[in-house]
Amino acid sequence: MSERIPFHQQVAIQPEVVERFGDLHPPFDRQAAVPEANRCLYCFDAPCTGACPTHIDVPRFIKKIASGNLAGSARTILDANILGASCARACPVEVLCEGACVMHRFNKQPIQIARLQRFAMDSLHESGSPLPFEPGAETGFSVALIGAGPASLACAAELRRRGVRADLYDARPLPGGLNTYGVAEYKLPLVESLREIEMLSQLGVSFHFNTMIDASKLAELERKYDVVFLGIGLGTIHRLGIAGERLAGVTDALDLIAGYKSGERTTVPPRVIVIGAGNTAIDAAIAAVRLGATDVHIVYRRGPEQMSAFTFEYEHARNEGVKFLWHVQPTRIRGGKEVEGLELIKLVSTVDGPLVPQAGSEFSLETDLVVLSIGQGTHTGFLSEAGSEGGKVQLERGRILIDRATGQTSYPKCFAGGDCTNGGREVVDAVADGRRAGIGIAAWLEGQHVQA
Amino acid sequence: MSKPKPTLETTFCGIPCLNPFWLASAPPTNCGEQIMRAFDAGWGGAVWKTIGAPITNVSSRYSSIDWEGRRMMGFNNIELISDRPTEVNLQEIAEVKRRYPKHVVIASLMVESKRETWHEIVQRAEDAGADGLELNFGCPHGMSERGMGSAVGQVPEYCEQITGWAKEKAQTPVIVKLTPNISDIRIPARAAKRGGADALSAINTINSITGIDLDTLQPSPNVDGKSSHGGYCGPAVKPIALNMVQQLQSDAASALPLSGIGGIGSWRDAAEFLLLGCSTVQVCTAAMHYGFRIVEDMQDGLLGWMAEKGYASIDDFRGLSLPNVREWKQLNLNYQIIARIHEDLCIGCQLCYTACWDGAHQCIHLDRTAAAPDTSRTPAMVEAESAKVISTTPIPKLDANSLGRTNAVTPLERIPRVDEHHCVGCNLCSLVCPVENCITMERVDNGLPFESWEERSAKGLVPPGAHEVMSTNT
Repeated sequence: MSERIPFHQQVAIQPEVVERFGDLHPPFDRQAAVPEANRCLYCFDAPCTGACPTHIDVPRFIKKIASGNLAGSARTILDANILGASCARACPVEVLCEGACVMHRFNKQPIQIARLQRFAMDSLHESGSPLPFEPGAETGFSVALIGAGPASLACAAELRRRGVRADLYDARPLPGGLNTYGVAEYKLPLVESLREIEMLSQLGVSFHFNTMIDASKLAELERKYDVVFLGIGLGTIHRLGIAGERLAGVTDALDLIAGYKSGERTTVPPRVIVIGAGNTAIDAAIAAVRLGATDVHIVYRRGPEQMSAFTFEYEHARNEGVKFLWHVQPTRIRGGKEVEGLELIKLVSTVDGPLVPQAGSEFSLETDLVVLSIGQGTHTGFLSEAGSEGGKVQLERGRILIDRATGQTSYPKCFAGGDCTNGGREVVDAVADGRRAGIGIAAWLEGQHVQA
Repeated sequence: MSKPKPTLETTFCGIPCLNPFWLASAPPTNCGEQIMRAFDAGWGGAVWKTIGAPITNVSSRYSSIDWEGRRMMGFNNIELISDRPTEVNLQEIAEVKRRYPKHVVIASLMVESKRETWHEIVQRAEDAGADGLELNFGCPHGMSERGMGSAVGQVPEYCEQITGWAKEKAQTPVIVKLTPNISDIRIPARAAKRGGADALSAINTINSITGIDLDTLQPSPNVDGKSSHGGYCGPAVKPIALNMVQQLQSDAASALPLSGIGGIGSWRDAAEFLLLGCSTVQVCTAAMHYGFRIVEDMQDGLLGWMAEKGYASIDDFRGLSLPNVREWKQLNLNYQIIARIHEDLCIGCQLCYTACWDGAHQCIHLDRTAAAPDTSRTPAMVEAESAKVISTTPIPKLDANSLGRTNAVTPLERIPRVDEHHCVGCNLCSLVCPVENCITMERVDNGLPFESWEERSAKGLVPPGAHEVMSTNT
């Protein structure tokens, strides 16, 4: 491990990406952070803390900014959320901490918690100080964590702090999962995700990259480790099942986002259509604008009131010039070797609810790139394949069922958390799951040990 | 009946004043040019930066206390009296009075404690045209080490003697400026009055060390790595000043026309000093912070308040609050108030809850959604329960019940409840509540007549020497 090049130094971000994906919310400097910190009322049992899935003690870290105890502020954040810097940038705080701020009922402007959190975390990174935690005394227990995304990282951090060995396995060449590859660069740059994970790795986490885990490998890990944690996230984005989906010029939102973040893609053609209206679709549409598209549409089969994107994300996309087409359904992707257009039909609602195509309303949009963003499938299928005890893990519609308080699955030796259990939420939800699981695993192992 | 248009014109010891707002003897009154600009801005008078044998100053000279992002809540200086030749100061006094005959110019004086030296400076100041003289018996730093300033103000005999020397010569009113760095300000005030003083001004600055630099371990203001105690002033000292003003005005042996000083920065501050019996007020720190322009709102705001209250002149309300300040033993023991939380205004910060539990009498509870009133749950128990709650990010389409959620309404479980049977009426919750009028203290009619400690003792209801334990659970 000591020879390893730090994660964030293993990547080179394209200058055009850096230029076009500047911070959506610029950082505070000290002169701005301290007055904002002083606005915080220091609520008791604060609603912001309650709304945060990781229950960061928000008033406490904010008051430490006000008092000039920046190291203590960062430690308060990291103690609850080991990806505190990433979450400060990636969290939809409008529906979490900042949405819960009592200031909405007072002078109407919520405390800018996310920017304050980023200020504290940036200060820690700039100081060059190590992670303010030590690994616990070694217990001899070991855990294999499948996937090196936010859930596994948070779980690993808790395990290491309790003296449990944590080995992470990931199919990609770098850690972080969607935290690294899936968050819009103007919110969380790939480098910042890697920098934070590099710091976390000071707890003595070991990484095994470029490693796909199949049923037989899983069975092997189960034999080798005391516990297996499944932080495998979701699978690929669904296909529409219409003609033309294999044409060049059809991609999906996660590939588009990972592509530009990792530097493989630096441009898009002028006309782009994104299908779907979730937060990922919004990220993809805005990315298309930033990558040079001049005509970007989002098409969605329902209306704005049914989209799963947050309102503030929708507003952001509109401000960037993304056009929305509601109540339309793609019927065919047209093209020769490459995409040329998307055929659509309008949908109307019927008396009893379902949307049905409106006869004669067919129309077509010319386009150079079609981006699918209609939700991810699961990839838990391998769990039930022969040879793995993990096959005993109970699923529901492809999601792994867990005890929410401990992350334990129906198979006691197997714990899980993150998108593969909740169907796809935020980084902070995965961190909360992983943290609970890390604590849960350590407690369960200790219990087993006492019994033995 | 139309109310008379109020006026700020007043008199101080017979000196006519355009308004009661004077600049205190300090850096803003260092020279004639400054004072004339101040008069242009609307100040009614100025007490010249103390004149005496020219001194040598150090740099730096000022330091301050910031509070939660606001600058200069408290201000400190180690600057001495005027560093300009007496002759120059006196020439400029003459010039200012020639150009601004209706504005008040008071000469602040400090010289060595010799009768003839005081006679000479009094004569020269009056010859220059000063409307009055302020004897600086208050400066707490530097000058006091040379036997002047507060070194005089702290010794009643000196205070009386030097006041007497000034009065032997003075034709204009003699104002004695008192130091607060003394256990009872009435002692030097009585001495000044015995010495013949026509008026008092109070308070001068308070001995202070404003802070230590945690990197260099050196105090501020830093003079080559060292500092010295300075004089503290600014908003932080106002309550101390008001108390001393009240003490002076409520003591017949001290009471004289008084120019109030200490943390005044707005018309509200000024009104409070006037209500405790001051005739004029003096301002320094606020003018040093924001400039002379602040006097516009001081005039405008005070006139507006006077019109609203129906006061035609300063004398109409001067001292009206004095009878309301009593000794503790004269307060009504049977007056009872309790806190009331107005649920419609509560934002759910729960600061009243934690304040009452940790800082007061444990009579505010978070049990509105409990099956029955629960006064046993401690703050630690509340926090422990919250830590166990699993929260997730609400996603509009997936979490249908999140759509109905709004942050415009405070959840009932976050609105604290006052246990009215145990509330002692201490005010703390209403003081920490950030929302105006959300927690009001309301009188409980207990049917009991006025009764003070003094009366209770006189009736023999209190055993001699016994300390009464006031019930907190009535």
